[in-house]
Amino acid sequence: MALVEVQRISKSYGALQVLTDVSLDVAKGEVVALIGRSGSGKSTLLRCINGLEPIQAGAIRIDGVQVNDPTTNLRKLRQEVGIVFQSFNLFPHLSVSDNITLAPRVVKNQPPEAARELAREVLRRVGLEDKLDAFPAQLSGGQQQRVAIARSLAMRPKVMLFDEVTSALDPELTGEVLKVLESVAREGMTMILVTHEMGFARRFGSRAVFMHEGRIHEEGRAAAMLAEPKTLELQTFLNAVLH
Amino acid sequence: MKYGLQFRDVFAAWESLLDGVLITLLLSACAMLGGLAIGIACAAGRVYGPGWLKRLVAAYVEVIRNTPLLVQLFLIFFGLPSFGIRLDGFTAAVLALVINLGAYTTEIVRAGLEAVPRAQVEAGHSLGLSGLQVFRYIVMFPALKAMFPALASQFVLLMLATSIVSQISVEDLFHAASIVQSRTFRDFEVYVVIGGLYLGLAFVFRGLFAALYYWTFARR
Repeated sequence: MALVEVQRISKSYGALQVLTDVSLDVAKGEVVALIGRSGSGKSTLLRCINGLEPIQAGAIRIDGVQVNDPTTNLRKLRQEVGIVFQSFNLFPHLSVSDNITLAPRVVKNQPPEAARELAREVLRRVGLEDKLDAFPAQLSGGQQQRVAIARSLAMRPKVMLFDEVTSALDPELTGEVLKVLESVAREGMTMILVTHEMGFARRFGSRAVFMHEGRIHEEGRAAAMLAEPKTLELQTFLNAVLH
Repeated sequence: MKYGLQFRDVFAAWESLLDGVLITLLLSACAMLGGLAIGIACAAGRVYGPGWLKRLVAAYVEVIRNTPLLVQLFLIFFGLPSFGIRLDGFTAAVLALVINLGAYTTEIVRAGLEAVPRAQVEAGHSLGLSGLQVFRYIVMFPALKAMFPALASQFVLLMLATSIVSQISVEDLFHAASIVQSRTFRDFEVYVVIGGLYLGLAFVFRGLFAALYYWTFARR
């Protein structure tokens, strides 16, 4: 059984249809790159997967638990699904350590010392152990995003969603974040990434999914699909982003 | 015309003026606490509540902000007895000030709550926090920080506005001044002195608020 099952979902904002009949299965350990023009629905799909956006038709299941079911405990489900945003969304009034330990402490009731040890561990994984007591404003964009990834890792999620996590960064800072993504992927994390980093998608994506006008237009093995796009729309898109 | 300034009689009445200052401080403190509580509750209703509550709070805020405080005070002190509700001067004054300040505070707190980006709230929910936990750990501190300067200003304005409660014979600073004036006929001197006292009180409040801000918020 797939870890993430998206079955024929549709979503609209009033009259505006943003997702139409989208289906996607992601197996444990897969790294799926969602690509496509802005407005094609890829970020919305990601936000539907952890229940931030309601859907009008279809079903989404994570490890067998249905997301769009009013009886599902969304809070519990979200502990299993990490999400990292384009704009980091660190809590500015909390130290790096508190940013990371907040959810483990108040959601999972971990004792403070254990939570702090956990913060140290996840910060080590993103290479920022020395920033334990810094505040977000004292960090560069790349460092903030790495802390955001660490914060998500600290919940020990089964799957992680990344919403254009390098798009708000200066080009020279994207490298350090991609390196962290790489190592998270190598550790076997199941990942779904909305990304414009085609190089990353090609090297680490087990699969690429091209979205166009709210539908999945083309999908396949990442390297093959990006090297030899079948549809005209994907060719046009790749030409635009690569040149 | 020559007028010789003479403060001696005014200063001789320092005890009544000091009593007045204390009443003004007490009134202000009660009104600030009550007004803040109402403001936070109403702002929460306005931002997170159902439609009917939002409209109710909006109506309260608009009615209070667009009528004179003196009218509100008289309605409570002179108007309510028609319906058998008789309040002593101090209680009526506190009630009027709380209701008045509550409306202004609601708008300030609402702006503070709305100043916290929606993305912060989403990030909290994505980590599995409940609505209340998101409010307590993620929204409250930055919101308080954002609203603090406006709130402090409003509180100082309220302290100055307490002077109108002398109209219903509450023995605040302004009331004390009127008594001293009627005894000494030193109008200019009396009002210069109490003007100075209000100024001093305002500075004290601003200083306290600034210190509170510094210790609580400025370093984060």
